[in-house]
Amino acid sequence: MGLLSNAAAILGKEVRTEFRSRELLSTTIVFVLIVVVLFSFTFGPTSNESRRFGPGLLWLAFLFAASLMLQPCFLREQVNDTLSALRLAASDPFAIFLAKIGANTVFLLLTELIMLPVFAILFNVHYQSQLPGLLLTFFLGSLGVATAGTALAAISTQAKMRELLLPVLLLPVLAPILIASTEVTVGLMSPEPFMEWKGIGFILVFDVVFLTALWLFGEYLLEE
Amino acid sequence: MVKRLIFGAIAILLVSLGAYAALYVAPDERTMGVIQRIFYFHAATAWAGETTFFVCFLANLLYIWKRQPKYDWLGVTCAEVGVACITVVLITGPIWAHPVWGIWWTWDARLTSTFVLWLLYISYLLLRTLIEEADRRAVLSALFGIFAFIDVPIVFGAIRWWRTQHPAPVIMGGPGSGLDPTMRRVFFFNVLAMHVLAAFLIVERYLLEETKHDVQTLQREAEAR
Repeated sequence: MGLLSNAAAILGKEVRTEFRSRELLSTTIVFVLIVVVLFSFTFGPTSNESRRFGPGLLWLAFLFAASLMLQPCFLREQVNDTLSALRLAASDPFAIFLAKIGANTVFLLLTELIMLPVFAILFNVHYQSQLPGLLLTFFLGSLGVATAGTALAAISTQAKMRELLLPVLLLPVLAPILIASTEVTVGLMSPEPFMEWKGIGFILVFDVVFLTALWLFGEYLLEE
Repeated sequence: MVKRLIFGAIAILLVSLGAYAALYVAPDERTMGVIQRIFYFHAATAWAGETTFFVCFLANLLYIWKRQPKYDWLGVTCAEVGVACITVVLITGPIWAHPVWGIWWTWDARLTSTFVLWLLYISYLLLRTLIEEADRRAVLSALFGIFAFIDVPIVFGAIRWWRTQHPAPVIMGGPGSGLDPTMRRVFFFNVLAMHVLAAFLIVERYLLEETKHDVQTLQREAEAR
Protein backbone atom coordinates (compact mmCIF):
# COMPACT_ATOMS: atom_id res chain seq x y z
CA MET A 1 0.00 0.00 0.00
CA GLY A 2 1.25 3.44 -0.86
CA LEU A 3 1.59 6.42 1.42
CA LEU A 4 -1.66 8.01 0.31
CA SER A 5 -3.84 4.92 0.56
CA ASN A 6 -2.38 4.28 4.04
CA ALA A 7 -3.13 7.83 5.03
CA ALA A 8 -6.63 7.66 3.59
CA ALA A 9 -7.38 4.51 5.59
CA ILE A 10 -6.20 6.10 8.85
CA LEU A 11 -8.02 9.33 8.02
CA GLY A 12 -11.21 7.29 7.57
CA LYS A 13 -10.65 5.73 10.98
CA GLU A 14 -10.07 9.13 12.63
CA VAL A 15 -13.17 10.69 11.11
CA ARG A 16 -15.35 7.63 11.90
CA THR A 17 -14.15 7.57 15.52
CA GLU A 18 -14.96 11.25 15.94
CA PHE A 19 -18.35 11.17 14.25
CA ARG A 20 -19.48 8.22 16.37
CA SER A 21 -19.33 10.36 19.50
CA ARG A 22 -18.79 13.91 18.19
CA GLU A 23 -17.29 14.64 21.64
CA LEU A 24 -14.35 16.62 20.35
CA LEU A 25 -16.28 18.76 17.90
CA SER A 26 -19.17 19.64 20.17
CA THR A 27 -16.88 20.56 23.06
CA THR A 28 -14.64 22.65 20.81
CA ILE A 29 -17.55 24.56 19.28
CA VAL A 30 -18.96 25.40 22.71
CA PHE A 31 -15.48 26.44 23.84
CA VAL A 32 -15.01 28.83 20.89
CA LEU A 33 -18.47 30.27 21.47
CA ILE A 34 -17.66 30.94 25.13
CA VAL A 35 -14.33 32.58 24.24
CA VAL A 36 -15.98 34.83 21.61
CA VAL A 37 -18.68 35.92 24.08
CA LEU A 38 -16.11 36.56 26.81
CA PHE A 39 -14.01 38.62 24.40
CA SER A 40 -17.02 40.84 23.71
CA PHE A 41 -17.02 41.83 27.39
CA THR A 42 -13.47 43.14 27.18
CA PHE A 43 -14.31 45.88 24.68
CA GLY A 44 -17.50 47.48 23.35
CA PRO A 45 -18.30 45.39 20.29
CA THR A 46 -19.66 48.22 18.18
CA SER A 47 -19.40 47.78 14.47
CA ASN A 48 -16.23 49.74 13.68
CA GLU A 49 -14.26 48.31 16.54
CA SER A 50 -15.40 44.77 15.83
CA ARG A 51 -14.28 45.06 12.20
CA ARG A 52 -10.83 46.00 13.40
CA PHE A 53 -10.44 43.64 16.35
CA GLY A 54 -13.02 40.95 15.58
CA PRO A 55 -10.95 38.87 13.14
CA GLY A 56 -8.02 38.83 15.56
CA LEU A 57 -10.26 37.68 18.38
CA LEU A 58 -11.80 35.04 16.17
CA TRP A 59 -8.41 33.65 15.20
CA LEU A 60 -7.21 33.78 18.78
CA ALA A 61 -10.29 31.79 19.81
CA PHE A 62 -9.54 29.24 17.05
CA LEU A 63 -5.93 28.97 18.18
CA PHE A 64 -6.90 28.43 21.82
CA ALA A 65 -9.46 25.86 20.75
CA ALA A 66 -6.90 24.12 18.54
CA SER A 67 -4.34 23.94 21.33
CA LEU A 68 -6.93 22.04 23.37
CA MET A 69 -8.59 19.94 20.67
CA LEU A 70 -5.35 18.68 19.13
CA GLN A 71 -4.32 16.97 22.35
CA PRO A 72 -6.50 13.84 22.00
CA CYS A 73 -5.20 12.91 18.54
CA PHE A 74 -2.22 11.07 20.04
CA LEU A 75 -3.50 10.75 23.60
CA ARG A 76 -6.32 8.49 22.40
CA GLU A 77 -3.79 6.18 20.78
CA GLN A 78 -1.65 6.16 23.89
CA VAL A 79 -4.52 5.47 26.30
CA ASN A 80 -5.83 2.63 24.15
CA ASP A 81 -2.28 1.44 23.43
CA THR A 82 -2.92 1.47 19.71
CA LEU A 83 0.03 3.55 18.52
CA SER A 84 2.34 0.54 18.02
CA ALA A 85 -0.34 -1.23 16.00
CA LEU A 86 -0.82 1.90 13.91
CA ARG A 87 2.92 2.11 13.30
CA LEU A 88 3.09 -1.53 12.27
CA ALA A 89 0.11 -1.15 9.97
CA ALA A 90 1.31 1.96 8.16
CA SER A 91 4.16 1.49 5.69
CA ASP A 92 5.47 4.99 6.42
CA PRO A 93 5.04 6.88 9.72
CA PHE A 94 4.37 10.00 7.66
CA ALA A 95 1.06 8.38 6.62
CA ILE A 96 -0.05 8.50 10.27
CA PHE A 97 0.81 12.20 10.46
CA LEU A 98 -0.82 12.93 7.12
CA ALA A 99 -4.03 11.26 8.31
CA LYS A 100 -4.03 13.02 11.67
CA ILE A 101 -3.30 16.37 10.01
CA GLY A 102 -6.14 15.74 7.56
CA ALA A 103 -8.58 14.82 10.32
CA ASN A 104 -7.57 17.78 12.49
CA THR A 105 -7.85 20.16 9.54
CA VAL A 106 -11.37 18.87 8.88
CA PHE A 107 -12.37 19.26 12.55
CA LEU A 108 -10.91 22.77 12.78
CA LEU A 109 -12.49 23.81 9.51
CA LEU A 110 -15.89 22.53 10.64
CA THR A 111 -15.60 24.46 13.88
CA GLU A 112 -14.65 27.61 11.96
CA LEU A 113 -17.48 27.24 9.45
CA ILE A 114 -20.04 26.79 12.21
CA MET A 115 -18.63 29.71 14.20
CA LEU A 116 -18.34 32.17 11.28
CA PRO A 117 -22.08 33.00 10.93
CA VAL A 118 -22.50 33.11 14.71
CA PHE A 119 -19.56 35.50 14.99
CA ALA A 120 -20.86 37.63 12.11
CA ILE A 121 -24.29 37.97 13.78
CA LEU A 122 -22.91 38.72 17.24
CA PHE A 123 -20.35 41.27 16.03
CA ASN A 124 -22.37 42.66 13.13
CA VAL A 125 -19.77 41.82 10.48
CA HIS A 126 -20.59 41.21 6.81
CA TYR A 127 -18.74 38.39 5.17
CA GLN A 128 -21.12 36.81 2.60
CA SER A 129 -19.62 38.53 -0.46
CA GLN A 130 -16.12 37.44 0.60
CA LEU A 131 -16.93 33.82 1.35
CA PRO A 132 -14.51 32.22 -1.17
CA GLY A 133 -11.58 34.25 0.17
CA LEU A 134 -12.51 33.45 3.75
CA LEU A 135 -12.83 29.75 2.97
CA LEU A 136 -9.37 29.74 1.41
CA THR A 137 -7.91 31.54 4.45
CA PHE A 138 -9.65 29.22 6.89
CA PHE A 139 -8.54 26.15 4.98
CA LEU A 140 -4.86 27.14 4.68
CA GLY A 141 -4.79 28.51 8.23
CA SER A 142 -6.33 25.35 9.67
CA LEU A 143 -3.91 23.22 7.69
CA GLY A 144 -0.98 25.12 9.23
CA VAL A 145 -2.42 24.94 12.74
CA ALA A 146 -3.15 21.23 12.31
CA THR A 147 0.32 20.47 10.90
CA ALA A 148 2.32 22.21 13.64
CA GLY A 149 -0.25 21.13 16.24
CA THR A 150 -0.15 17.44 15.32
CA ALA A 151 3.65 17.42 15.48
CA LEU A 152 3.72 19.15 18.86
CA ALA A 153 0.84 17.02 20.21
CA ALA A 154 3.01 13.98 19.48
CA ILE A 155 5.71 15.60 21.64
CA SER A 156 3.49 16.81 24.49
CA THR A 157 1.68 13.45 24.79
CA GLN A 158 4.98 11.90 25.88
CA ALA A 159 5.63 14.50 28.60
CA LYS A 160 4.22 15.38 32.00
CA MET A 161 1.66 18.21 32.32
CA ARG A 162 0.68 17.51 28.73
CA GLU A 163 -2.60 19.46 28.75
CA LEU A 164 -0.76 22.62 29.74
CA LEU A 165 2.37 21.89 27.77
CA LEU A 166 0.74 21.72 24.33
CA PRO A 167 -0.48 25.35 24.34
CA VAL A 168 2.90 26.49 25.71
CA LEU A 169 4.75 24.75 22.86
CA LEU A 170 2.20 25.43 20.16
CA LEU A 171 1.05 29.01 20.55
CA PRO A 172 4.44 30.73 20.03
CA VAL A 173 5.11 28.51 17.00
CA LEU A 174 1.73 29.54 15.55
CA ALA A 175 2.49 33.27 15.83
CA PRO A 176 3.00 33.67 12.04
CA ILE A 177 -0.31 31.91 11.29
CA LEU A 178 -2.13 34.18 13.74
CA ILE A 179 -0.59 37.32 12.24
CA ALA A 180 -1.08 36.38 8.59
CA SER A 181 -4.60 34.96 8.96
CA THR A 182 -5.73 37.95 10.99
CA GLU A 183 -4.34 40.35 8.38
CA VAL A 184 -6.15 38.55 5.57
CA THR A 185 -9.42 38.29 7.52
CA VAL A 186 -9.30 41.98 8.52
CA GLY A 187 -8.92 42.84 4.82
CA LEU A 188 -11.86 40.65 3.82
CA MET A 189 -14.13 41.94 6.57
CA SER A 190 -13.32 45.65 6.11
CA PRO A 191 -15.99 47.98 4.60
CA GLU A 192 -14.12 47.93 1.29
CA PRO A 193 -13.01 44.32 1.24
CA PHE A 194 -9.74 43.35 -0.36
CA MET A 195 -7.72 40.15 -0.58
CA GLU A 196 -4.31 40.32 1.12
CA TRP A 197 -2.52 37.83 -1.13
CA LYS A 198 0.77 38.32 0.71
CA GLY A 199 -0.93 36.90 3.81
CA ILE A 200 -2.15 33.86 1.89
CA GLY A 201 1.39 33.40 0.58
CA PHE A 202 2.73 33.52 4.10
CA ILE A 203 0.32 30.92 5.43
CA LEU A 204 1.21 28.75 2.45
CA VAL A 205 4.94 29.06 3.25
CA PHE A 206 4.26 28.06 6.86
CA ASP A 207 2.19 25.04 5.74
CA VAL A 208 4.82 23.85 3.27
CA VAL A 209 7.73 24.34 5.70
CA PHE A 210 6.05 22.44 8.53
CA LEU A 211 4.74 19.65 6.30
CA THR A 212 8.26 19.19 4.94
CA ALA A 213 9.75 19.22 8.44
CA LEU A 214 7.24 16.60 9.54
CA TRP A 215 7.95 14.50 6.48
CA LEU A 216 11.68 14.60 7.28
CA PHE A 217 11.51 14.21 11.08
CA GLY A 218 8.06 12.72 11.78
CA GLU A 219 9.26 9.15 12.24
CA TYR A 220 11.47 10.17 15.19
CA LEU A 221 8.46 11.65 17.00
CA LEU A 222 6.81 8.24 17.18
CA GLU A 223 9.85 6.17 18.23
CA GLU A 224 9.58 4.09 21.35
CA MET B 1 41.28 23.39 34.75
CA VAL B 2 44.07 25.86 33.95
CA LYS B 3 42.82 26.05 30.37
CA ARG B 4 39.32 26.86 31.58
CA LEU B 5 40.65 29.57 33.90
CA ILE B 6 42.69 31.14 31.10
CA PHE B 7 39.69 30.99 28.75
CA GLY B 8 37.51 32.66 31.40
CA ALA B 9 40.11 35.34 32.02
CA ILE B 10 40.37 36.08 28.28
CA ALA B 11 36.57 36.33 28.00
CA ILE B 12 36.32 38.73 30.94
CA LEU B 13 39.28 40.79 29.68
CA LEU B 14 37.74 41.10 26.19
CA VAL B 15 34.34 42.13 27.55
CA SER B 16 35.97 44.70 29.85
CA LEU B 17 38.04 46.10 26.96
CA GLY B 18 34.89 46.17 24.83
CA ALA B 19 33.04 48.10 27.52
CA TYR B 20 35.95 50.55 27.83
CA ALA B 21 36.04 51.05 24.06
CA ALA B 22 32.27 51.55 23.92
CA LEU B 23 32.34 54.13 26.71
CA TYR B 24 35.58 56.05 25.99
CA VAL B 25 36.93 55.26 22.51
CA ALA B 26 33.81 55.40 20.33
CA PRO B 27 32.71 58.92 19.34
CA ASP B 28 29.41 60.41 20.49
CA GLU B 29 26.47 59.69 18.21
CA ARG B 30 25.17 62.91 16.61
CA THR B 31 21.47 62.78 17.55
CA MET B 32 21.21 60.29 20.40
CA GLY B 33 24.35 61.30 22.27
CA VAL B 34 25.73 59.21 25.06
CA ILE B 35 22.77 56.83 25.36
CA GLN B 36 23.67 55.34 21.98
CA ARG B 37 26.71 53.68 23.59
CA ILE B 38 24.53 50.89 24.96
CA PHE B 39 24.17 49.81 21.32
CA TYR B 40 27.64 48.22 21.38
CA PHE B 41 26.57 45.99 24.22
CA HIS B 42 22.96 45.47 23.10
CA ALA B 43 23.54 44.57 19.45
CA ALA B 44 26.72 42.56 20.15
CA THR B 45 24.85 40.43 22.70
CA ALA B 46 22.01 39.94 20.23
CA TRP B 47 24.45 38.67 17.59
CA ALA B 48 26.09 36.33 20.11
CA GLY B 49 22.65 35.03 21.20
CA GLU B 50 21.61 34.37 17.62
CA THR B 51 24.86 32.53 16.89
CA THR B 52 24.29 30.45 20.02
CA PHE B 53 20.76 29.49 18.90
CA PHE B 54 22.17 28.51 15.52
CA VAL B 55 24.68 26.21 17.24
CA CYS B 56 21.76 24.83 19.27
CA PHE B 57 19.92 24.06 16.02
CA LEU B 58 22.99 22.29 14.62
CA ALA B 59 23.34 20.31 17.86
CA ASN B 60 19.67 19.28 17.62
CA LEU B 61 20.11 18.11 14.04
CA LEU B 62 23.30 16.23 14.93
CA TYR B 63 21.55 14.51 17.84
CA ILE B 64 18.74 13.26 15.62
CA TRP B 65 21.32 12.04 13.12
CA LYS B 66 24.06 10.58 15.37
CA ARG B 67 22.19 9.91 18.64
CA GLN B 68 25.20 10.75 20.80
CA PRO B 69 24.38 12.27 24.22
CA LYS B 70 27.04 14.96 23.77
CA TYR B 71 24.87 16.69 21.14
CA ASP B 72 21.95 16.68 23.55
CA TRP B 73 24.16 18.32 26.18
CA LEU B 74 25.34 20.88 23.65
CA GLY B 75 21.72 21.57 22.69
CA VAL B 76 20.51 22.36 26.19
CA THR B 77 23.70 24.31 26.91
CA CYS B 78 23.29 26.55 23.88
CA ALA B 79 19.59 27.05 24.53
CA GLU B 80 20.34 28.26 28.07
CA VAL B 81 23.22 30.55 27.07
CA GLY B 82 21.13 31.89 24.16
CA VAL B 83 18.18 32.61 26.44
CA ALA B 84 20.57 34.43 28.81
CA CYS B 85 21.92 36.56 25.93
CA ILE B 86 18.47 37.38 24.57
CA THR B 87 17.29 38.25 28.11
CA VAL B 88 20.12 40.79 28.26
CA VAL B 89 19.04 42.11 24.84
CA LEU B 90 15.41 42.42 25.97
CA ILE B 91 16.52 44.34 29.08
CA THR B 92 19.08 46.66 27.46
CA GLY B 93 16.72 47.43 24.57
CA PRO B 94 14.08 49.23 26.69
CA ILE B 95 16.85 51.05 28.62
CA TRP B 96 17.94 52.54 25.29
CA ALA B 97 14.39 52.95 23.93
CA HIS B 98 12.94 54.92 26.83
CA PRO B 99 15.05 58.09 26.45
CA VAL B 100 15.21 57.86 22.63
CA TRP B 101 11.66 56.81 21.67
CA GLY B 102 9.97 57.95 24.90
CA ILE B 103 8.52 54.48 25.50
CA TRP B 104 9.96 51.33 27.03
CA TRP B 105 8.53 48.91 24.55
CA THR B 106 6.93 48.95 21.13
CA TRP B 107 5.42 46.09 19.15
CA ASP B 108 7.81 46.53 16.30
CA ALA B 109 9.09 43.75 14.04
CA ARG B 110 12.46 43.13 15.55
CA LEU B 111 11.41 43.54 19.18
CA THR B 112 8.43 41.28 18.77
CA SER B 113 10.26 38.58 16.85
CA THR B 114 13.10 38.63 19.40
CA PHE B 115 10.47 38.24 22.11
CA VAL B 116 8.87 35.28 20.28
CA LEU B 117 12.34 33.77 19.76
CA TRP B 118 12.94 34.06 23.51
CA LEU B 119 9.54 32.47 24.27
CA LEU B 120 10.23 29.57 21.90
CA TYR B 121 13.48 28.70 23.65
CA ILE B 122 11.89 29.15 27.09
CA SER B 123 9.33 26.55 25.92
CA TYR B 124 12.21 24.34 24.78
CA LEU B 125 13.81 24.50 28.24
CA LEU B 126 10.42 23.93 29.89
CA LEU B 127 9.77 20.89 27.73
CA ARG B 128 13.05 19.35 28.88
CA THR B 129 12.02 19.55 32.52
CA LEU B 130 8.79 17.65 31.80
CA ILE B 131 10.18 14.49 30.17
CA GLU B 132 11.84 12.14 32.63
CA GLU B 133 13.35 9.47 30.43
CA ALA B 134 16.70 10.81 29.18
CA ASP B 135 16.59 9.34 25.66
CA ARG B 136 13.05 10.50 24.93
CA ARG B 137 13.85 13.92 26.38
CA ALA B 138 16.83 14.23 24.08
CA VAL B 139 14.92 13.19 20.94
CA LEU B 140 11.75 15.17 21.58
CA SER B 141 13.48 18.35 22.69
CA ALA B 142 15.84 18.15 19.71
CA LEU B 143 12.81 17.88 17.41
CA PHE B 144 11.08 20.79 19.11
CA GLY B 145 14.32 22.78 18.81
CA ILE B 146 14.36 22.11 15.06
CA PHE B 147 10.70 23.12 14.64
CA ALA B 148 11.25 26.25 16.74
CA PHE B 149 14.33 27.31 14.77
CA ILE B 150 12.73 26.93 11.33
CA ASP B 151 9.76 28.91 12.67
CA VAL B 152 11.93 31.93 13.53
CA PRO B 153 12.40 33.29 9.96
CA ILE B 154 8.66 32.91 9.31
CA VAL B 155 7.85 34.76 12.53
CA PHE B 156 10.25 37.52 11.58
CA GLY B 157 8.86 37.81 8.06
CA ALA B 158 5.27 37.86 9.25
CA ILE B 159 5.89 40.55 11.83
CA ARG B 160 7.97 42.64 9.44
CA TRP B 161 4.88 43.77 7.46
CA TRP B 162 3.95 46.04 10.28
CA ARG B 163 5.63 49.37 10.18
CA THR B 164 8.85 49.16 12.04
CA GLN B 165 10.21 51.60 14.59
CA HIS B 166 13.50 49.85 15.28
CA PRO B 167 16.47 51.68 13.70
CA ALA B 168 16.95 50.36 10.18
CA PRO B 169 19.89 47.97 9.89
CA VAL B 170 23.08 50.04 10.03
CA ILE B 171 25.37 47.10 9.32
CA MET B 172 24.89 45.39 5.95
CA GLY B 173 21.75 47.48 5.63
CA GLY B 174 22.09 48.82 2.10
CA PRO B 175 23.02 52.20 0.65
CA GLY B 176 22.94 55.16 3.04
CA SER B 177 23.54 52.99 6.09
CA GLY B 178 26.87 52.42 7.77
CA LEU B 179 28.89 53.24 10.83
CA ASP B 180 31.69 55.68 11.46
CA PRO B 181 34.99 53.70 11.12
CA THR B 182 35.85 53.99 14.84
CA MET B 183 32.32 53.01 15.84
CA ARG B 184 32.56 50.11 13.44
CA ARG B 185 35.82 48.86 14.98
CA VAL B 186 34.45 49.23 18.51
CA PHE B 187 31.26 47.43 17.53
CA PHE B 188 33.00 44.47 15.94
CA PHE B 189 35.38 44.24 18.88
CA ASN B 190 32.33 43.97 21.13
CA VAL B 191 30.78 41.36 18.86
CA LEU B 192 33.99 39.33 19.18
CA ALA B 193 34.07 39.81 22.97
CA MET B 194 30.45 38.68 23.38
CA HIS B 195 31.03 35.63 21.19
CA VAL B 196 34.07 34.66 23.27
CA LEU B 197 32.05 35.17 26.46
CA ALA B 198 29.19 33.06 25.07
CA ALA B 199 31.67 30.36 24.02
CA PHE B 200 33.17 30.38 27.52
CA LEU B 201 29.71 30.03 29.11
CA ILE B 202 28.86 27.22 26.68
CA VAL B 203 32.03 25.31 27.59
CA GLU B 204 31.40 25.71 31.32
CA ARG B 205 27.71 24.80 31.10
CA TYR B 206 28.52 21.83 28.86
CA LEU B 207 31.05 20.47 31.36
CA LEU B 208 28.41 20.86 34.09
CA GLU B 209 25.92 18.86 32.01
CA GLU B 210 28.58 16.19 31.46
CA THR B 211 29.28 16.00 35.20
CA LYS B 212 25.53 15.75 35.87
CA HIS B 213 25.35 12.82 33.49
CA ASP B 214 28.35 11.12 35.16
CA VAL B 215 26.80 11.56 38.60
CA GLN B 216 23.53 10.05 37.42
CA THR B 217 25.36 7.09 35.91
CA LEU B 218 27.28 6.53 39.17
CA GLN B 219 24.07 6.83 41.16
CA ARG B 220 22.41 4.18 39.03
CA GLU B 221 25.43 1.89 39.43
CA ALA B 222 25.39 2.39 43.19
CA GLU B 223 21.69 1.63 43.37
CA ALA B 224 22.13 -1.51 41.29
CA ARG B 225 24.59 -2.97 43.80
